[in-house]
Amino acid sequence: MEEVRLMKGNEAIAHAAIRYGCDGYFGYPITPQSEVLETLEALMPWETTGMTVLQAESEVAAINMVYGGAATGKAVMTSSSSPGVSLKQEGISYIAASSLPALILNVMRGGPGLGTIQPSQADYFQAVKGGGHGDYHMIVLAPSTVQEMADFVGLGFDLAFKYRNPVLILADGIVGQMMEKVVLPPARPRRTQQQIEEQCPWAATGRHGRAHRNVVTSLELDPAKMELNNERFQRTYAAIEASEVRFAEHYTEDAEYLIVAFGSVARICLKAIEEARGQGVKVGLLRPITLWPFPKAEIDRLSKQVKGILTVELNAGQMIEDVRLASQCRVPVAHFGRMGGIVPNPGEVLTALFNHFPEAKQ
Amino acid sequence: MKPEEIIDPANRVYARPRLLTEVNTHYCPGCSHGVVHRIIAELLDEMGLEDRAVGVAPVGCAVFAYNYIDVDWVEAAHGRAPAVATALSRLSPENLVFTYQGDGDLAAIGTAETIHAANRGENIAIIFINNAIYGMTGGQMAPTTLIGQRTATTPYGRRVDLNGHPLNITNLLAQLPGTCYVTRQSVHTAPAVRKAKNAIKKAFENAMAKKGTSVVEIVSTCNSGWKMTPAQANEWMATHMTEHYPLGDLKNE
Amino acid sequence: MKEEIIIAGFGGQGVLSMGKILAYAGLMNDLEVTWMPSYGPEQRGGTANVTVILSDTPISSPVLDTYDTAVILNQQSLDKFESKVKPGGTLLYDPSGIHHKPTRTDIHVVEVPAMDAMLEMNNSKTYNMILLGALLAKRSVVPLEAVLRGLKKTLPERHHHLLPLNEQALRKGMSLV
Repeated sequence: MEEVRLMKGNEAIAHAAIRYGCDGYFGYPITPQSEVLETLEALMPWETTGMTVLQAESEVAAINMVYGGAATGKAVMTSSSSPGVSLKQEGISYIAASSLPALILNVMRGGPGLGTIQPSQADYFQAVKGGGHGDYHMIVLAPSTVQEMADFVGLGFDLAFKYRNPVLILADGIVGQMMEKVVLPPARPRRTQQQIEEQCPWAATGRHGRAHRNVVTSLELDPAKMELNNERFQRTYAAIEASEVRFAEHYTEDAEYLIVAFGSVARICLKAIEEARGQGVKVGLLRPITLWPFPKAEIDRLSKQVKGILTVELNAGQMIEDVRLASQCRVPVAHFGRMGGIVPNPGEVLTALFNHFPEAKQ
Repeated sequence: MKPEEIIDPANRVYARPRLLTEVNTHYCPGCSHGVVHRIIAELLDEMGLEDRAVGVAPVGCAVFAYNYIDVDWVEAAHGRAPAVATALSRLSPENLVFTYQGDGDLAAIGTAETIHAANRGENIAIIFINNAIYGMTGGQMAPTTLIGQRTATTPYGRRVDLNGHPLNITNLLAQLPGTCYVTRQSVHTAPAVRKAKNAIKKAFENAMAKKGTSVVEIVSTCNSGWKMTPAQANEWMATHMTEHYPLGDLKNE
Repeated sequence: MKEEIIIAGFGGQGVLSMGKILAYAGLMNDLEVTWMPSYGPEQRGGTANVTVILSDTPISSPVLDTYDTAVILNQQSLDKFESKVKPGGTLLYDPSGIHHKPTRTDIHVVEVPAMDAMLEMNNSKTYNMILLGALLAKRSVVPLEAVLRGLKKTLPERHHHLLPLNEQALRKGMSLV
């Protein structure tokens, strides 16, 4: 049954995981996302759905537990925040290279290094351009509301299994820590062992009469074969890019200027845009929901319509590179960002817009 | 007995185990891995575990274990086999989950995962091949390399002041309440092979009976890395290795 | 209807939980709500604040430049937020923690002697409910009845015996302004 609740984004992740039939969660405490593990431990899903919850000895162990769980065809996940996600990168590369479905949550905090615990979006490059070694991609979802935190757990698992590829929910401290109304989805049961074996004939479930053994590995010492593996990965990425681009738009129909922002920052920008519209300035918002695959075609299209683009990010300017590529530098693309855990308010965004594009005010 | 009589199938008392695949291993002649692989393949067959066994392969010489033993396998990142096995076992408790790890994998890069999986008492069997050297990467020092032992990275012998002490991780694991069976065996003689087989059998039984973590260390040889003939290596192992890593049960509950 | 509220004071004064109960009351009243805390070590003894937005339309930014209403419990927070109350907005403050009173004349400044009232009630746990009562009296963003239902929802079952005390504190706060 659906249920309307008031909760933090991190809590919503935990509730949604249970309701979406997640089989296992493995994590290590780190601010600002520890509520995910805390909530799961408090809800004791092993007593109800049979979901496994385990506090691992490190982020490294946690991601490798996810690798092991995913190798059995189960729906498994982990969560962490920036420094912890850095530790997970090796495991993520292995998961991608072994074509395993898995869900990872990063509630970003200010870096680099140990940094702060306040909100940040400085892990954009890490999320969409690798992070770990080798040519691989994760599908990267950027929630901007607590509702999307909950919804993307289900969407994330669906995409992960559809493409046998890891999915990252790239959130920030704001979405993780704030409370909003959230409609929790009706509970769907965990898949049975038979369903798992039908859906995942590749999984290391134990042979159970299967004529051949299943081996989950990313090792292939023959470069000719490894190149074929890479070509297979690239075909998967091409299929994802063709079908899974997601974005939201506000006030773009007649926009003369465009703001591109993701996650909670997009909401700050929306308020700034509403203020600008009140002053008669035609600004629109494009919010990429999938950061990879990136909404290149839509930005390309809008760049033919607007006079300038401003990207707003909680970093020194990372997504702006993709916006510039997608818009083919047809119009000026400027960046406004705060770093280290500082969050701009709508007024600062508006000021930045007018600073970069003074002609917008006329 | 003439060679023709020996190869006569009627006289054959020794065959390839059913679950050892028809693939030539990449191991060096004289290596202990082949013997341990054979023991595992025999046991999985004899114990009727072929359909329920999932092995976790390490990084190191045994990285291709999954090519040789005909059950499901998951290849783990270097040192992470116990973490991977934790999830495999917790999510599929009906299966036999075992790791097969070398000294670098288990006792250097993966020490944290090893100790914590054992401390949680995960219902897994850990097969630990200790040959005191990094075989696959070309004979560098392992955490278990003996004092004075020459390797590619301790060309004048391991020194305590430079390289620290050999890590006796099996003794350490025996201290943990999560382990139910910790033993040190070898496979350098026929009687030793029989004892090692019994030990691994017990470890598999414990895992299936959910008794906690079992650790079977096999004090092994690496004649290539040690720069010896297989016979010399066996002898060196028996005299030097077992001095620091004495054979026998450390814990049997 | 849209009300953008900042509640600010010291960690431990019940700032976050006051905001939470207000947000729950909004939820009970079918409003869209956002509760955005300052989080981290500052919760433990330093300054703490929470932004609560109640609206009958979808809420965009959880981060704000200005507020309709500010509830201020110490000098640092007054210094930080007095200028951020919208003209015509409301600033409630407890004078017990304030050395320099608010000076703005284009907003409704309301003195709430909540600390004195709390001492009168002889229960330190009632402090934030007294303030919430005062807020409700000045800005009827949600009915008292919704707050009581919100309280019931946020308080664990084992603390339900405290509900009458909280209602008393809310009514006390309403009577102060």
